Amino acid sequence: MAYETIIGMEVHAQVITASKMFCGCSADTSAPPNTHVCPVCLAMPGSLPVINEAAVRATIRTGLALHCEIPPHTKFDRKNYSYPDLAKGYQISQYDMPLCVDGWIDIPDGEDTKRLRIRRVHLEEDTGRLIHEGAHSLIDDNRSGMPLMEIVTEADLRSADDAWFYLTKLRAILRYLGVSSGNMEEGAMRCEANISIRPEGASTFGTRVEIKNMNSFRAVRQAIAYEIERQRALLECGEQVHQVTVGWDENRRRTVFQRSKEYANDYRYFPDPDLPPLQLERVMVEDMRRQLPELPDAKAERLAREYGVKGDDVALLVQERQIADFFEATVKAAQGLEPQVVANWMVGELFRLLSEQEVADGEIPITPQQLADLLMLLHKGAINAAAAKEVLAELFHRGGSAEEIIRRRGLRQISSESDLAAVVAQVLAENPQPVADYLQGKGAALGFLMGQVMKATRGQANPQVARQLLMESLEGRRHDTEE
Amino acid sequence: MDFQLTIHAALDRLRDGSLSSRQLTESLLQRIADTDDTIKAYLRVDGEGALRSAEEADRRRSQGEKAPLLGIPLALKDVICTKGIETTCASRFLQGFTPPYDATVVARLKESGAVILGKTNTDEFAMGSSTENSSYFTTHNPWDVTRVPGGSSGGSAAAVAADECLGALGTDTGGSIRQPAAFCGVAGLKPTYGRVSRYGLVAFASSLDQAGPLGKDVTDCALLLQTMAGYDPCDSTSVDLPVPDYYGALQPRLDGVRIGVPREYFGNGMQPEVEAAVRDALQVCRELGAELVDLSMPYTEYALPAYYIISSAEASANLARFDGVRYGARYDDAMREAADIIETTSKTRQQGFGDEVKRRIMLGTYTLSAGYYDAYYLKAQQVRTLIKRDFDQAFSRCDALIVPTTPTTAFRIGERVHDMLQMYLGDIFTLGLNLAGTCGISILCGFADGLPIGMQVLGGAFEEATILNVAYAYEQATAWHLQTPEL
Repeated sequence: MAYETIIGMEVHAQVITASKMFCGCSADTSAPPNTHVCPVCLAMPGSLPVINEAAVRATIRTGLALHCEIPPHTKFDRKNYSYPDLAKGYQISQYDMPLCVDGWIDIPDGEDTKRLRIRRVHLEEDTGRLIHEGAHSLIDDNRSGMPLMEIVTEADLRSADDAWFYLTKLRAILRYLGVSSGNMEEGAMRCEANISIRPEGASTFGTRVEIKNMNSFRAVRQAIAYEIERQRALLECGEQVHQVTVGWDENRRRTVFQRSKEYANDYRYFPDPDLPPLQLERVMVEDMRRQLPELPDAKAERLAREYGVKGDDVALLVQERQIADFFEATVKAAQGLEPQVVANWMVGELFRLLSEQEVADGEIPITPQQLADLLMLLHKGAINAAAAKEVLAELFHRGGSAEEIIRRRGLRQISSESDLAAVVAQVLAENPQPVADYLQGKGAALGFLMGQVMKATRGQANPQVARQLLMESLEGRRHDTEE
Repeated sequence: MDFQLTIHAALDRLRDGSLSSRQLTESLLQRIADTDDTIKAYLRVDGEGALRSAEEADRRRSQGEKAPLLGIPLALKDVICTKGIETTCASRFLQGFTPPYDATVVARLKESGAVILGKTNTDEFAMGSSTENSSYFTTHNPWDVTRVPGGSSGGSAAAVAADECLGALGTDTGGSIRQPAAFCGVAGLKPTYGRVSRYGLVAFASSLDQAGPLGKDVTDCALLLQTMAGYDPCDSTSVDLPVPDYYGALQPRLDGVRIGVPREYFGNGMQPEVEAAVRDALQVCRELGAELVDLSMPYTEYALPAYYIISSAEASANLARFDGVRYGARYDDAMREAADIIETTSKTRQQGFGDEVKRRIMLGTYTLSAGYYDAYYLKAQQVRTLIKRDFDQAFSRCDALIVPTTPTTAFRIGERVHDMLQMYLGDIFTLGLNLAGTCGISILCGFADGLPIGMQVLGGAFEEATILNVAYAYEQATAWHLQTPEL
């Protein structure tokens, strides 16, 4: 039987702010354990929370970027549950009046796009971090009270691919806005998926299972695919799917049971009396809307239109705002060069170098001017493509200027016919057999001879000129032989 | 004797140099040594710290400083955090807990030059009306040591009444300043919600708690409130309004002042002497120029159930942080026997909290639970809105209300411990004001069988100056506040 998969996603993203959500402690998570703590985030008796305006703004900007409505009234609620990493015994969150509601996001769907509805975006605080060491458990409260956004979709996703595209797109938007690093491996972005399947055409939903512990984009894809198959197998054997929470086990590549619905918490939400409700002025929200940066979709559309860059390349260039900015700056610095050439070098060589190197997402160790200079030298024929790759690698790893590297390493291309003619004559003289082979109709011998020319010039020969000269000399000999 | 001074009288003598803060503080420490074995107002006396601050205050004064409370020895209810001084909320749970910070009110008092004598007894986490819920001991009423001082700020009220401090701070969630002030025959003021910072008050019910002063007379309350009041960026519910000159506004006449007398606060089986004393006081006010206005506040009787639902709901969350993980007592026995952290926490809480605290946590948890929220918590919030409307309407017609503080004078220790409803009913005249969020002061207005009778002057939001003035004019026209218990 054919089944349809129904998926809803909940994403938690750490909000980038200078201080924590409800106190003045630094929000730097890299500090040694329990060094960024105070009476508020340690839940000392008598301490009180104060709302971090920067976190509220970041959340509203996210909501606006996701086409949400920003209701004029919002409030914070207490979500009551007990766990050692939750210092107050309740989490300050938002229950029925979130900051942002009813938005959408478009994701690729084959050649087309598909629109996913965003149910809500709300703001809350993170918990401390538990560290288990042997028989002991330790708590690092540096993370306690860090601002955290929760972004919830409607059950509009239909596959593991949808989830992957959604997260990729969402992450790009969060990074464009500068509101979150979106780094899943570091826990700055965490996601949970609610999955159910139903026979195609059915009007009611199947029983849903919640998956947690997916710590990378790859894990999300694998976990969801695994869970869909698990549910399908159950239904095909005539068994039932139970409403449970499962966790993704990265090592065993499977989901494992965590808890069943019977143990679901009653969070006893109620409005936090320590925090008066917030009134959001229209003017402020509209101001923030106007000040949103150009987002990935708009940027992709513009790069394609303004620069004529191919669709696949555009998609890669706009994933990070810094990459897209780098592309535009390089195009501007390389006057007279086809933008597609810049795109080719970025998507090809530069991305390869970036992926080999441990650099943070979006960071590029060279400047647009350096790349532009290099590509202009290539364009003018001062170096050939092979040399350009070498120069780019050195710029990337050690810095400097393309001119200087070319000079120092003697990579300048030899294009003068007189200089190359002597080399060609010498190569022909030293390789009688390949010459004979070529003259007998073995075209492949030309490649070997070209290689010898490049070798003799240490790669500096202009390939077009060298090839032309070789051909001419060889054809000349053919005539000689025939005469 | 120096310890008998009011704050304003002591300030006069400190200023004219006839008394030093060190002498005054020593006199009070001696008084505490002499009488507190009987009264048991203090959980902790910080004699050394007090003398150090007193000497510092004398030095500052000799250098020409004029901080408003420079050298005045005060006591603090033990739910108010004090940096470096153990703060237990009279709970076994917090035995040994020394806060790393001062509550904003404490910081303000210290800036004003006050000397902190120590921490006073209270019902555990301020939950109660007699100090009988203290984990340590019950405070005794200085007017009759077989009786309770009231609560929860019973230690502070008894300390003021017994001359063991010049003034004290309490907190008032449902009457916890005004009721003990009435039982002990002193003045006690609950400010408007948001007038005084809550930062550093160990929270009982966050939407109701307010810290306020207890003093030997109205003038002292005005002086203390002057220092305590004001916006605090650390408390989002504190209000950024200018603080008027409370002391400067005190006047002996009440000409043109309209005083409301809500009929729901009289009769109904209250002790006849209490009603008579308050009615006499109303006549005094009329003679001072006030106009009396009969009115009705029909939702008064619903204040009690609404209060217990809302305050317990908030308390159930506020007390969730006491798990023994980061501070407070964690029972080693529990550690050894417990299977996991959840069990450790639950055993720690079982042993750390007293019965009344557990009762309120359970009540609050229940009323917030899925399926009950609408019937209890939400309904109580709706009732709260109606009660607030009662007060708004009353204050649209009157400048202040005068009502009894309690239906009876102080009851005997042990008399109500097994009848919680009776205990709760004793607070019916004070709870409504907390739900409405406005201000009130309780002052002495007579005696019945040697026990003080208190009456409240209630005012609208941020009308502290008005109620202080009404109370002051009455006090000036009478002499009740000059009487002291024999100890």
